[in-house]
Amino acid sequence: MASPRNAARPLSPHLFAWKPGIHMIVSITHRITGDGMATVGTILFVWWLAALSGGAESYARFVDIFTYSTGGLNIIGYIFGIGLTFSLFQHIASGIRHFVMDTGAGYELKVNRTGAWLTFVASVTLTVLFWAYLVWGK
Amino acid sequence: MGNGTQLGRVRGLGSAREGAHHWWHQRVTAAANLFLMLWLLISIAHQPAYDYGALHAWLASAWVAIPMILLVVSVFYHFRLGLQVLIEDYVHSELRIALMLLLTFFTVTTAGVAIFAILKIALAGVPA
Repeated sequence: MASPRNAARPLSPHLFAWKPGIHMIVSITHRITGDGMATVGTILFVWWLAALSGGAESYARFVDIFTYSTGGLNIIGYIFGIGLTFSLFQHIASGIRHFVMDTGAGYELKVNRTGAWLTFVASVTLTVLFWAYLVWGK
Repeated sequence: MGNGTQLGRVRGLGSAREGAHHWWHQRVTAAANLFLMLWLLISIAHQPAYDYGALHAWLASAWVAIPMILLVVSVFYHFRLGLQVLIEDYVHSELRIALMLLLTFFTVTTAGVAIFAILKIALAGVPA
């Protein structure tokens, strides 16, 4: 167990000592999307499976929260749906970037910066394509 | 400890060849998750309908139930490792131990419910 921090001693320079960059945004976004899916996503996923296994009535109660009676997604459905798919695509893109960096590659400033931006380009593009297909493509 | 030579005190306290397990398991499950989650996304996008009957019949197939159970195992193990790091990074008091225990309970309980639900659907059999 770590002993409690001595408040009289300064913290090591961390977040605010450095000029903010896209690599920092990708890093904290990886954590937020991952932990967001781990909590909110897990509860919704398990709830969905449990409702589906509970029969038609229990599934109808689950679906009712996220859809209008006409069958389309309501605002809650869109917020969780788009939020979770964007989180997944961003976490996947950032995770693949982690795999590349695990090999020791991609630490040159320009490459690192470009790779960081690409995770957002990929996640936004894939989210738009996924939902465009669901809404208009079917 | 406290007796013996400095070497004797250090021996057994250094690398137990286990230090990288957390890191490595996170990578192994990440690779599995990549395939399993892409499968889930594509499967959901390809559903002809999203009503109870269609989804229930879909999940009853072994071709869906098996990858879904594997997904629960790999993804839930992965998120447990991730949430563990979140706790380790931000909680430094004794509360950490309670949160770690809670995290393990949360992971095992949600995984248990998910796998039971999948099996219940898949093993119920095709109605005559």
